[in-house]
Amino acid sequence: MQELLGILGSFVLFLGTLFLLLGGLGLFRMPDTFTRIQAGTKATTLGTLLTLVGAALIMPAWAIKLFLILVFVMFTNPLSSQYLARAAHRAGIKFRAHTDHLAEDGEDLA
Amino acid sequence: MSETGVPTRLFAVLLLLWLLLNATLSLESLVVGVVVAGIVAFFLSASLSYLSGYRFTPASLAATLGFLGYFLVELVKSNLAMATIVLQPRLPIDPAIVRIRTGLKNPTARLLLANAITLTPGTLSVELKGEWFYIHWVVATTNDIEETTRTIAAGFERYLEVMYG
Repeated sequence: MQELLGILGSFVLFLGTLFLLLGGLGLFRMPDTFTRIQAGTKATTLGTLLTLVGAALIMPAWAIKLFLILVFVMFTNPLSSQYLARAAHRAGIKFRAHTDHLAEDGEDLA
Repeated sequence: MSETGVPTRLFAVLLLLWLLLNATLSLESLVVGVVVAGIVAFFLSASLSYLSGYRFTPASLAATLGFLGYFLVELVKSNLAMATIVLQPRLPIDPAIVRIRTGLKNPTARLLLANAITLTPGTLSVELKGEWFYIHWVVATTNDIEETTRTIAAGFERYLEVMYG
């Protein structure tokens, strides 16, 4: 049983690192700030999730703490991404987009 | 909804987190947890907690499970979609910043919606302004408000409306 969980855990862990790798590739390939933030945020969320689940399968005693880490990552990761994106837009960086409703409406720099 | 129960709820959440973190019910850790959670809940009860405004009803709990399930499915779909884009040599993206409209008033519900949008298919919340959310979309198929709202937010809003009213 223990060994079976260990093998399953290693597999899930491997899947997680695969998504993290794809996230890295996305950061490298995407053309501008926003698309890079997108590639970074999404792939790393599922990558981290799978990595933590894999670790929990290998070391079941850590499951509760790993779950807490997961909850914190899920709440903080999108927030930091949103703030980076907002700061980038306010700083007026150039980016690729066929429509920009935010620029049309104007930003409240409150 | 009245906010009278907020310190109690915050206290319960903090104590639960502390106990999970310690993974033990020994007297020392319990006493420390109760004292510290009590102090924090007493002084910071006015701050935002994920449970302020949350309705404790069976329908709401069911909606919470629905929200989590829907979210996880969307998260996996989002990652697979991003993976296929990144792996294609042509990099088929068509980005835009579009606005969507939300009927949600509760700050916690809005925060959850913005977070959920950021973590799901090709969308990233850039700015929240009143009823408008501005979303960066990697493969923007339309810039019609009704349609973007339906595609991006409606799935989550359905659950959040029940959870936070």
